[in-house]
Amino acid sequence: MAKVTAENVIEVRDVWKSFKSVQAVRGVSMSVPRGKFIALVGPNGAGKTTLVEMIENIRRPDNGEIRILGKKWKGNEEELRRTIGISLQQTYFIDKLTVYETLRLFASFFDLDRERVEEIINLTGLDEKRKSYVINLSGGQRQRLALGIALINHPAILLLDEPTTGLDPNARYEIWNILKSYRKTSEASMILTTHYMEEAETLCDYIILMDQGKILREGTLQQLLEDDKGEKVIEFTVENSLIPPDIDKPGLPFKITRDQEGQKAWVTIKDFDEQMPLFLTYIKSEGLSIKHLECRKKTLDDLFISLTGRRIDG
Amino acid sequence: MVKRIKPYQLWQLTSATAKELLREPGVIFWGIVFPVLMALGLGLAFTKKAVTVRKIAVVAPERTEGFSVSHLPFHEFLDKYGKKNTVASTEDYMWRVDIRDDKLGDYEFLFYEMDRNTAVMLLKRGTVSIIIDDTSGETEYHFDPLNSDAHLTYLKISGLAASVRGKAETDYQSEDEVRPLTLSGTRYIDFLIPGLITMGIMMSCMWGISYTIIEKRSKKLLRRMVATPMRKSHFLIALITVRVTLNFIESFVLFLFAFLVFDVRIQGSLPALIIIFLAGNIAFAGIAVFVSSHTSNTEVGNGLINFVVMPMMVLSGIFFSYHNFPEWSLPVIQKLPLTMLTDAVRSIFNEGAGFSFIAMPALILVATGAIFFAAGLKIFKWY
Ligand SMILES: Nc1ncnc2c1ncn2[C@@H]1O[C@H](COP(=O)(O)OP(=O)(O)OP(=O)(O)O)[C@@H](O)[C@H]1O
Ligand SMILES: [Mg+2]
Repeated sequence: MAKVTAENVIEVRDVWKSFKSVQAVRGVSMSVPRGKFIALVGPNGAGKTTLVEMIENIRRPDNGEIRILGKKWKGNEEELRRTIGISLQQTYFIDKLTVYETLRLFASFFDLDRERVEEIINLTGLDEKRKSYVINLSGGQRQRLALGIALINHPAILLLDEPTTGLDPNARYEIWNILKSYRKTSEASMILTTHYMEEAETLCDYIILMDQGKILREGTLQQLLEDDKGEKVIEFTVENSLIPPDIDKPGLPFKITRDQEGQKAWVTIKDFDEQMPLFLTYIKSEGLSIKHLECRKKTLDDLFISLTGRRIDG
Repeated sequence: MVKRIKPYQLWQLTSATAKELLREPGVIFWGIVFPVLMALGLGLAFTKKAVTVRKIAVVAPERTEGFSVSHLPFHEFLDKYGKKNTVASTEDYMWRVDIRDDKLGDYEFLFYEMDRNTAVMLLKRGTVSIIIDDTSGETEYHFDPLNSDAHLTYLKISGLAASVRGKAETDYQSEDEVRPLTLSGTRYIDFLIPGLITMGIMMSCMWGISYTIIEKRSKKLLRRMVATPMRKSHFLIALITVRVTLNFIESFVLFLFAFLVFDVRIQGSLPALIIIFLAGNIAFAGIAVFVSSHTSNTEVGNGLINFVVMPMMVLSGIFFSYHNFPEWSLPVIQKLPLTMLTDAVRSIFNEGAGFSFIAMPALILVATGAIFFAAGLKIFKWY
């Protein structure tokens, strides 16, 4: 995937960025093939926003190279700005401007007129709110407006930073639907950052798992989950007590991780028949008795936990 | 590299900026109503002549049997000319002398009798402005000659006492030679209105432009906007255009009010006034862009704006002439942008000045604005 082909609309090569004391991005290389939606997934502080903002040219990398459509930002700013559509992790628009006026303003930056504004209002379902001030919009409506602004110039490349964070499931589906319908009518490519597995799974073709400024794993969802040699994750709770912090001992044939309070834990098992009895014996020998046991499909979260020992959203 | 102006984009930016401004309810009040109220309040307070009241201590004589005022000249004067306070207690005044004067304002002198030590104490405290002692048979006036107010009180009373003694019962006041300056252009209100106009320009540019930029930066809106092909220059032009237009309306309303209520007039050249007005706007818009070029913290912005605005508010002679400041400081004060603007506008209003007088200040103000604008743009943080 990191191979550079003419078909890649975005190429990032060995990019580094540090702030005073923090190394936010440490040698990231990635590429986005034409027409693909890529999810950038990682916990808080992983460096997702920093990376995306460098691709957007609103931050400069300390080191490394970024090309969009084979071109560097320097000297091609005007052209590239017309090609990409972005939404920042957090932006406020002008409080006392209506939805319609805000779209008109942004349309004018791309020399687009009323017609495109109407299309965006339809696409984002904001017709009822066209005369409302931005400050009076709900969180979901505001995110739809931000997305509408990102789409206003028919971008070939979309860079969206957590477009659904903080929204309820319904509002999230609405955003997903807008993106899906935009994809149908365009050849767009996208990088989307998110904390939500489901979002990455439903919207994106390819997932990049990021942690502490580095790429941890990448691939399609299937590749990522299979990658782990058919490991299974079993979630369990115990009777009458919490799971002690030292439950995972070195030398055990399986790996146990628990949540912060010790209410729940997960055991990762490779061979069910062989290791399951060993696990049950081990739990008994620790003086605990299993209350609930659930074997479920492995998720990105499980993968992340097995790689780092931490959860993505905690 | 100068790029062509995009009228449609510029128009959208200007109209958005104007709408944003006008939809903020405080803007009309603070920008237009408040200066008018201030002009009204200060204009009335300093233009209408009020009654001046002064308290005077009179050293009490020993009132033995057979006491008479015949050898106490000032007491004699008070008995004859002053109105005795019929409900006099020790706290209250004993005599009152009124001087009615339609031209220079009415005076009311209140005389308190007390022993010498108390009188000196009250003089030190500033409760009384002079002490009059006639116990020796001669009228003695005690006061600080450097205190011009006490001096004036002395002149008024001694003159009155002398005239009463000289030609009793005749009118002591002479009508000649007193011609108060009530001509247009010499009253306090004439001094004040140009100052309020120029102060309005400074405040409106500094707070309006700087604050808008800093706030948009801190909300990441600036960053979102320049992540489009928006022309950065258009954003700033729109912001400044809207401000200058608002300033023009503010100044016009204030002037109209002053003209209707106080008959304040522009005696000099109107085109010259418009040019210096624009020059002032350019100067402060440039300074505002410079001040807001870097920070995204509104608190820091607050401090920076105050740092620029405060000294000029105090020194530039908006409310009172700066000629009372020490001699050595005047050359500095006169070079502050607000002083230059205010002096020029005042001279057009009140002295009938024209182009020749304002050409230099206008040039300097435009240059100041241009330099700050260019420097600000150089270090401007859009992201
Ligand atoms: N302007 C900045 N100054 C200093 N440190 C910064 C700055 N921006 C980001 N960082 C640091 O860089 C690291 C990466 O931040 P970044 O915002 O890229 O993370 P993220 O993956 O987007 O996190 P989140 O999911 O919370 O949005 C963090 O440790 C953050 O504190
Ligand atoms: Mg982020």
